[in-house]
Amino acid sequence: MRGRTYSGAVPVANLFPLLEPLLPRVSKPIQYVGGELNARVKDWDAVAVHWALMYPDAYEVGLPNQGTQILYEVINERDDALAERTYAVWPDLERLLREHGISQFTVDAHRPVGAFDLLGVSFPTELGYTNLLTALDLAAIPLHASDRDGSHPIVVAGGHCSFNPEPIADFVDAVVLGDGEQVVGAITDVVRQAKQDGASREETLLRLATSAGVYVPRFYDVRYRDDGQIAAVSPNREAVPARVAKHTVMNLDEWPYPKTPLVPLAESVHERMSVEIFRGCTRGCRFCQAGMITRPVRERSIAGIGEMVAQGLCATGFEEVGLLSLSSADHSEIGEITRQLADRYEDARVSLSLPSTRVDAFNIDLANELSRNGRRSGLTFAPEGGSERLRRVINKMVSKQDLIRTVSTAYAHGWRQVKLYFMCGLPTETDEDVLEIAAMAHDVIRAGREASGSRDIRCTVSIGAFVPKPHTPFQWAAQSDPQTVDDRLRMLREAINADRSLGRNVGMRYHDGEPSLIEGLLSRGDRRVGAVIEAVWRDGGRFDGWREHFCYERWTRCAAEVFADQQVDLAWFTTRERDADEVLPWDHLDSGLDKQWLWDDWQDALGEFEQDDCRWTPCFDCGVCSNLGTDIQMGPTGGSLAPAPPPGRSLLPLATRP
Amino acid sequence: MAPRTPDGPPPAPVVQRVRLRYAKRGRLRFTSHRDFARAFERALRRAGVPMAYSAGFTPHPRVSYVGASPTGVASEAEYLEIALAERVDVERLRTVLDAALPDGLDVLEAVEAGPGSLAERIAASRWHIDLPGVPVEAAAAAVAALLARSEVLVERLTKEGRRHLDARAAIVRLAASRAVADDPAGGHAILDLVVRQVTPAVRPDDVLAALRSVAGLAPAVPPLAVRVAQGPLGDAGEVGDPLAADRTAEPGAAAFP
Repeated sequence: MRGRTYSGAVPVANLFPLLEPLLPRVSKPIQYVGGELNARVKDWDAVAVHWALMYPDAYEVGLPNQGTQILYEVINERDDALAERTYAVWPDLERLLREHGISQFTVDAHRPVGAFDLLGVSFPTELGYTNLLTALDLAAIPLHASDRDGSHPIVVAGGHCSFNPEPIADFVDAVVLGDGEQVVGAITDVVRQAKQDGASREETLLRLATSAGVYVPRFYDVRYRDDGQIAAVSPNREAVPARVAKHTVMNLDEWPYPKTPLVPLAESVHERMSVEIFRGCTRGCRFCQAGMITRPVRERSIAGIGEMVAQGLCATGFEEVGLLSLSSADHSEIGEITRQLADRYEDARVSLSLPSTRVDAFNIDLANELSRNGRRSGLTFAPEGGSERLRRVINKMVSKQDLIRTVSTAYAHGWRQVKLYFMCGLPTETDEDVLEIAAMAHDVIRAGREASGSRDIRCTVSIGAFVPKPHTPFQWAAQSDPQTVDDRLRMLREAINADRSLGRNVGMRYHDGEPSLIEGLLSRGDRRVGAVIEAVWRDGGRFDGWREHFCYERWTRCAAEVFADQQVDLAWFTTRERDADEVLPWDHLDSGLDKQWLWDDWQDALGEFEQDDCRWTPCFDCGVCSNLGTDIQMGPTGGSLAPAPPPGRSLLPLATRP
Repeated sequence: MAPRTPDGPPPAPVVQRVRLRYAKRGRLRFTSHRDFARAFERALRRAGVPMAYSAGFTPHPRVSYVGASPTGVASEAEYLEIALAERVDVERLRTVLDAALPDGLDVLEAVEAGPGSLAERIAASRWHIDLPGVPVEAAAAAVAALLARSEVLVERLTKEGRRHLDARAAIVRLAASRAVADDPAGGHAILDLVVRQVTPAVRPDDVLAALRSVAGLAPAVPPLAVRVAQGPLGDAGEVGDPLAADRTAEPGAAAFP
């Protein structure tokens, strides 16, 4: 295999002239043209390492993604590298690209994805896997990593799904677990050196595996037992580690990205300037993969947040600031942050939002600050489980009294709508647990009518099926089958509407169980599931995260065909409970969590015992800090926002005094 | 409980109105009008333009758009008007707004509004439609066939379904010539089109549909339309500058309700 050479051995084409005549024939062509505010186009020949960054969903979903924007900026700040973005193209454009022989392209300079050294793909959900295959195929990159040679990009997967990348192990060359902002630099260094050395693809991957902390699936062999379970996963090269650990960025204030967020021309799912106020969560909700794999909690300081907000607003002109995290009201200085931001931007018509708030961390002062410049249209809380018992099982300790008290206060202060999120199909769940959701919604309406003195209030119950995820205490649990989930949702709907007077103020939104079962297959699957993904894609599967594109029949049919002569099937991967001693497909991937601690927490769940949060109680030895050499980073710092000017006004003295 | 009313004082009064001409160029011609409006309002914020706002719970900056071009069509002559709460230097406003918008959405002119409404000055639009691969003779023949008719109904897909409109009556001028940049030996056609402002608006697509229907003109490569002017319609079919009246008006002559 030859190594890749750079400095313009082959001129890299701009595909836009070929693409342009096709754009009037597709829906929302603006999503394919790039040119967004704060987008970067660097000189191809002036850098050594070229990254294409893909978000495997439509542009409108992918553009706001923080992870992609962070890496885009971090890479482009380097003198020796560039990054361009690519998104999943809709089927109308896919058809035209095939018809005209045009490659998957980046939106920045419309370069063919196959010309890049690396293709980094971030997977927040497994339902994007088929979109990866479309992009590879359109880019003329062989679907299977084993069929690629030195002329093809190294395909690197990241995002939360990378904590069990086994179902896509055949399609990716390398996988990064955990925070990307530092390791992306390490990978760039390795690839630059490898290109200079003329190293082969195999050698480059070996260097990534041994010196950059990257998981390279081909260097690990999986052996199976006669009953279908995994016997062992072991390295087939001496130098690669038996287990690959996740990456953790310490001190978020040193990584204030994105500094200049992209501002799309097309409408996107989040039209706001987002600042991640902390990373990680130790509330310990047992269903929550994000809370388990992003530990420990690392707060950004109030001063750091203030700087990012000021700089980001100047760079974008957004009128909403989202303070992001897994549970934003838990920041140790959230009260001061929101009060001081609301003060600073009172006149600038900038509103604040906290996308994730817990009922028990929420208070009305916070809500008032958040709504100072915005409407009091809706508040969202996630009790997740309908009954007190079930909330003990999932360790989401929110009492019904807390919830009723909080929503009553909100209704009394002028809010008119409360949205409540739940899951269905949780471990040990019974019909009665789910039916309690109806009673809770009715109580919310009663309390709200009393508090507001108005009958015109609403409560929306939003509910979806639970999917057990790797690296959580529920990784051993049996997933509920779609029929059970759908039956319970139907019963819930009937129970809500049983009281017409209360029920008519309660809306119910739900996702049926079928897509969740497939998500379950992809979440806890092993390398044998890759053939199902490929079969589904060859059969036309695309955009599986979109209800109008997802086809359950196709997935079950392809799974049945692929598994026909194997010991496993769709149910084996999803609705089967695992034993303590089973080798799980992701056991060689280290999230820091001790498997024994996870098992004990699973047993505590079944015993309905709660687990505290280590931010406020002693360490309970989940393993993350001791195994990975990390530590909780939290305030209060006692700091405050720097007295930054509101965006615009004092920067550009436009007004003329008469 | 009484309905909530917005807290605080009423919005600041309008002290100046400024009219802008802007262009949609190159790949950003695929910006829809809604996309442009979002980008423009963000640019106003980034540039710190002292906008006047509407009253209510969700105050909006006061921007009036005039006759926006369809998605996918480039333009050198789009117009809008903004209302300001503080007086500004209009040329400086133009510069900072242009800098705050992405390349391809370019603010070309800014003038203080004089009396009268901008929308009323838009009587017609002039377009250049590039027809790659179409010989000028074929285009000229199709144009002649179209102009010979008094009415040509074309179909347009709208949100309300299919509707028919007459693409002929609104045409003031239509002529085919050879594209300048072309090799004179081969040569492809470019159309010069002036259409009267009617409701619903007749767009380049409608005229192309009419040429297809009367003469079978069907370019293999999608035509590229550019709006080169919109404004008052002169006696000879020329399209004037809608901001000309503002340039000659006394500063501050406009009324501020």
